[in-house]
Amino acid sequence: METPLIEFKNVTKRFNGKTILDHVNMTIYGNQVTTIIGKSGTGKSVLLKHIAGLLSPEEGEIFLTGKPLGEMKKDGEWDRYRKNISYMFQGNALFDSMTVFENVALPLRQTTNLKKKEIKKKVMMRIAQTELTEVTGKYPSELSGGMQKRVALARALVTDPEIILFDEPTTGQDMVRRNIILSMIAHYKKKLGFTAVLISHDVPDVLFISDRIILLWEGKVAFQGAYEDTIQLKHPMIDEFLQSLEGFKDELTGLLSKQMFTSRYAMSFGAKQEGLSGAAILFDVNFNLLVESLGHQAAIDIVKTLGEHINKYMGAIDGFSTRQRTGQIITILPHINGTEAKQVVADLAKRLQEEALPSIQSVMRAKTKKNSCFDIYVSAGITETNFSDDIEKILSNARSAQKIIAQYQCAKRRN
Amino acid sequence: MARIIQLNTLIFFKFIGKYTLDIINHLGAAVIFFSQGFVRIFRKKQWQEIVQQVYYIGATSSSIVVVVGLFTGMVLGLQLYYTLIKFGAVGVVGAAISLSIIRELGPVLTAIMITARAGSAMTAEIGIQRISEQIDALYTMRIDPVKYLISPRIAAAIISFPILTAFFDILGILGGWITTVLLLGVNEGTYFYRAQSSLAMVDIQGGFIKSIVFAVIVSTICCYQGYFTHLRTDSHGSKSVSVSTTSAVVLSCVLILISDYMVTSFLM
Repeated sequence: METPLIEFKNVTKRFNGKTILDHVNMTIYGNQVTTIIGKSGTGKSVLLKHIAGLLSPEEGEIFLTGKPLGEMKKDGEWDRYRKNISYMFQGNALFDSMTVFENVALPLRQTTNLKKKEIKKKVMMRIAQTELTEVTGKYPSELSGGMQKRVALARALVTDPEIILFDEPTTGQDMVRRNIILSMIAHYKKKLGFTAVLISHDVPDVLFISDRIILLWEGKVAFQGAYEDTIQLKHPMIDEFLQSLEGFKDELTGLLSKQMFTSRYAMSFGAKQEGLSGAAILFDVNFNLLVESLGHQAAIDIVKTLGEHINKYMGAIDGFSTRQRTGQIITILPHINGTEAKQVVADLAKRLQEEALPSIQSVMRAKTKKNSCFDIYVSAGITETNFSDDIEKILSNARSAQKIIAQYQCAKRRN
Repeated sequence: MARIIQLNTLIFFKFIGKYTLDIINHLGAAVIFFSQGFVRIFRKKQWQEIVQQVYYIGATSSSIVVVVGLFTGMVLGLQLYYTLIKFGAVGVVGAAISLSIIRELGPVLTAIMITARAGSAMTAEIGIQRISEQIDALYTMRIDPVKYLISPRIAAAIISFPILTAFFDILGILGGWITTVLLLGVNEGTYFYRAQSSLAMVDIQGGFIKSIVFAVIVSTICCYQGYFTHLRTDSHGSKSVSVSTTSAVVLSCVLILISDYMVTSFLM
């Protein structure tokens, strides 16, 4: 069994006699995105501050790869642990008297012996990655909320930490910006290989990037595990809180929320009649490549447009869809067999090829003001399904059958 | 009736006891806070921050010190001239002005001016950094907040206060010269001769010792109030910053005057 990176054992914290964390037991695994959700005032930030070392427990112990944090020597292991951890605060905690560059450079200037040139190179790289090059010399008060979040993200990333703690990174953002920030976290997590611990209320958006979720309820851990497990776990707290947060629709694409999708799937095949079958299609867009070439905003816009197209087309033939990951959509077509599904996908592909992709291309070019060459690939995997199949099995079958159905290559590459 | 008196007495002593304990606690905490800040002045990568703070506390306060110093000297010249003329002792007006400015008014008024201008800003800035989690952010970035925020301010205050006091002293004597010599016709030679001959090195040293003591008091109190603004029980959030700023200025001014008396009694 994998050793947890961080483990809480019976951690209790009280403020002025009020118990905030009550014998919390939880585990966080390395190189995963763990999301902590829970009602306001239930101790999520307090929990995160314990991981960062800003607070220490009154009872219980926190372990880092099996070693208690309380027993670490200040100048040795404890210092190394803190060196590998970054914290992105809910209110960003940017220094308002410093420019964007100075904010991002601060930890390097103060805690390393790097030369000015090296610091500049590292900082400018992070600033470019977070699409802030144009505002390098501006002060935080001159930036929008989303930009400030990105500055905080750049500052959290600049020291190349192994663990990054995000305290409500998407709060107060609109749905597009929310998805951009989350896709940035997922993208850099994949690229740089850090462990991310997030606090977020933005279900379902946050679920697309999370490997594990931890539900805090009145100071205790009510649930920890993969999101899919919450659906099977019939717990009143989950019904009351998680499902109410998720709602019926994915705001970004207009597709069903995961919960609604699961319910609809259960209803469609609920009669459990032998021979009742349908088809499942797993759509995928080259999201990571789009992020690399166009940036997060444009990549999210493309997912949004594709989602809307798929929703419109599949909805007309009684299909229902949900977002599986950030750039991945699954559609169920009840009462349609594999051959018919192939025809449906071929028709959709034609429409995407002729209408959606060229229009996305021209909009993106205008929006990003870039003349760079970028391609969009949409792939789909079709599989037949029946009442006994669970979603995981369907996904696995569809994934193995995926192939490109529509693509748009820029003129330079076509030539 | 006796029971009520007994109860009120008990409440009174309880209040006095709690208040005394609070003062002792804060005093102890402030001393530890200053010690921590002072020790960290000598750590690496502090020069740039100290220079910045010297500019902020010292250079930007110089204009107000010029105005206050000049007018204090002028008013003093006016008052002393009309007092001394009654006793036929106008000749010693230069001595009276220079001694009172260098020994007392220079260090005290400079410290009060800097408290009002830079001390309050210090508390407000650190307080805002505290409530907006910037200080926590420093900690998570492995930057020692005391070293980064407090030590440069203490160092800058210790550097700036004596320089600005000297500045005040010169301008005060100059202000006295304007009123007594230029406007009221006292002999210029007498004014400067008396001003110079009455001053001993110990007077100048005393003035500078006072300014350093005031620098320690003002920087510690203003930084302490801002740094621990989140622990206030009487207010929260931005209100706590404003209360801390007011407390810092009032407390600094009171302690400047109390310590002035104490230092003077030691020096005399």
